[in-house]
Amino acid sequence: MVSAILTLTALVLGIGALLLWLGRRLAPDEGSLVERINGILPQTQCAQCGYPGCRPYAQAVADGEADINQCPPGGEDGVKMLAELLGVEPKPLDETRGEHKPPMVAVIDEDRCIGCTLCIQACPVDAILGAQRQMHTVIEAECTGCELCIEPCPVDCIDLVAKDEPWRWPRPDPIPLKVREAAHG
Amino acid sequence: MDDALPGDRIHGFHGGLKLQHHKQTACQHPVERPPLPERLFIAMRQHQGETGRTLVETGEHVLKGQALTEAGDDFIVPEHAPTSGTIEGVIDYPAAMPPGSMRRTIVLVPDGEDRPAPRQPLEDWQERRADEIVDHLHRSGLAGLGGAMFPTAAKLRGGWSGLHTLILNGAECEPWIACDEMLMRERARDVVEGGLILAHAAGARQVVIAIEDRMGLVEEKLREARSALGAERRVRIRKVFTIYPEGGERQIIQALTGREVPHDGLPQDLGVVVHNVGTAAAARDAVVEGRPLVERIVTVTGPGIADPRNLLALVGTPFAHLVEAAGGYREGVTRLVLGGPMSGTALPSDEIPVTKGSNCVLALTREETAPTQPTLPCINCGECVRVCPARLLPQTLFKLVEAENYDDAADYDLADCIECGCCAAVCPSHIPLVDFYKHGKDELTRRRLDRRRAALAKRRYEAREERLERERQARRAKRQEREEKLKRSETDAKSEIQAAIERAKRKKEGGND
Repeated sequence: MVSAILTLTALVLGIGALLLWLGRRLAPDEGSLVERINGILPQTQCAQCGYPGCRPYAQAVADGEADINQCPPGGEDGVKMLAELLGVEPKPLDETRGEHKPPMVAVIDEDRCIGCTLCIQACPVDAILGAQRQMHTVIEAECTGCELCIEPCPVDCIDLVAKDEPWRWPRPDPIPLKVREAAHG
Repeated sequence: MDDALPGDRIHGFHGGLKLQHHKQTACQHPVERPPLPERLFIAMRQHQGETGRTLVETGEHVLKGQALTEAGDDFIVPEHAPTSGTIEGVIDYPAAMPPGSMRRTIVLVPDGEDRPAPRQPLEDWQERRADEIVDHLHRSGLAGLGGAMFPTAAKLRGGWSGLHTLILNGAECEPWIACDEMLMRERARDVVEGGLILAHAAGARQVVIAIEDRMGLVEEKLREARSALGAERRVRIRKVFTIYPEGGERQIIQALTGREVPHDGLPQDLGVVVHNVGTAAAARDAVVEGRPLVERIVTVTGPGIADPRNLLALVGTPFAHLVEAAGGYREGVTRLVLGGPMSGTALPSDEIPVTKGSNCVLALTREETAPTQPTLPCINCGECVRVCPARLLPQTLFKLVEAENYDDAADYDLADCIECGCCAAVCPSHIPLVDFYKHGKDELTRRRLDRRRAALAKRRYEAREERLERERQARRAKRQEREEKLKRSETDAKSEIQAAIERAKRKKEGGND
């Protein structure tokens, strides 16, 4: 009786200590989790999530400060992937942050640009080219369509237009689930 | 030789279909040249790759064979004037692919004289380096005539070690299409000679010309041509079984070597490279005669064509002009298809022009295109699995794509689908399976592009953050330096005053002495 209690206590303590040690030793690497979250984010750097870029948002999600549904450019797909990575339930996109749009690109109306460089300073990915009192232009391939340059422009000469995407084969109509539906559809 | 060479034995491949080939319909007449159309519409980009810079201006008079767009790297293939005439302009004009799209197109009004620009053949090609031939073919505007229009130079370049065999694909497996068969019948010698040129350019020791076992006449002609060129030892002619889609690149390789091209690999990994027989003839024209690629044989056929035949069409000829040259439409035509009935594309209009890859125009009537039965749910019969030449699981892929589960579809190797249409042809539920695969592949492409864009944006964002940090530090360092200097100058001033006072004191003391 006594020996049984002792054995079990020893076992419990032993396994407990082992788990404690393993838990410390094999703690998930905080840095790599941030990187993995950042890898899912679309890197638009639009700050619609309330953080000044994708990486800060990734850090906040990893720290448990921010929710997983704050990234409009990532859309529902992005939320789903984050939920899968973090092992939580997916939730609908937080619409108050903005809506999910097709890929956009900023275009400067070069006739109206006065060369103030404000948009250049606002661009998070250095995709605008220009200098003081010289015309500015957007490098289309590098623009993420984050809209951050629109607000600072004093002459309102920047527009956001849909990115020129190649034609893609549309999704065919779904196949009816039941023969009866097919016959009547 | 440790291995048996390709063509030693004819193998099979998985699946495929025996189809009614309808080839003889268009082979009753020799290949003819239709009259010159009023206007030629030359798409500035016909191949897989980028568009070259325009070399001509509106109103300019050009000669036959003159370059209209500039050659760039191997993926910027130039276009040439198919005949002499005046450039009317550069416009957006409908193209066959993608459906309903427009493409930058040069409009040429022929002057009817067909005056050629000075020809630049590549003399003594046997003595030339492979690179010289590849460059010459590239300047001559060669892109795969089999249909995919892959730049020929890009396929030949690279000096693949261990490449031993050039396969010339003459197995035109899709029903109705007969342009390659007619080409080999009429220009067998040019095909064989072109094969030797391409083999030399690719560094291959032997040429295997693959034809279908029903092409008896072609085999005879090719054999004669081979003897005439004295190339019996280097050129083999092999007949493969007529099973659709044995003319597919990976299928013809499997039929000739018994080996499968790895799904993430290239034919070159097996020591072979495949070119279409039409590309070989075009290579011969470019090297021996100095003629750039400006024309090709197009099969104009189908139940909706009055007098089906093969026509030697200039690039840029509207299909309507070819149909007219083939006797016009019959009554009840409901659909015009570019390519064959299995993998072709429906054309929205017959004003679309011929490109280097247009092998066939097929006019179908009400009888063939009338809706059959409604689409029904998948019953898991497995017929599609049985016929898939890529050995995929079509029904699984269909269900995954339908559920928008693209990542899993990619894991089931959706990308390896060759879109041959065998699965859809045997599907008892009439599901348009290939439409789903095309959509799924495009969706995967889009995701890949998104990931690439994200990676670029991430790099630029990080670079900017780093730069801003550097600038902040530089500013801080500067400020510190200024402060220190100020402090230093203060102490310097104090000590100077102190020194002056002391000097004055000493003077005073000295004066008193």
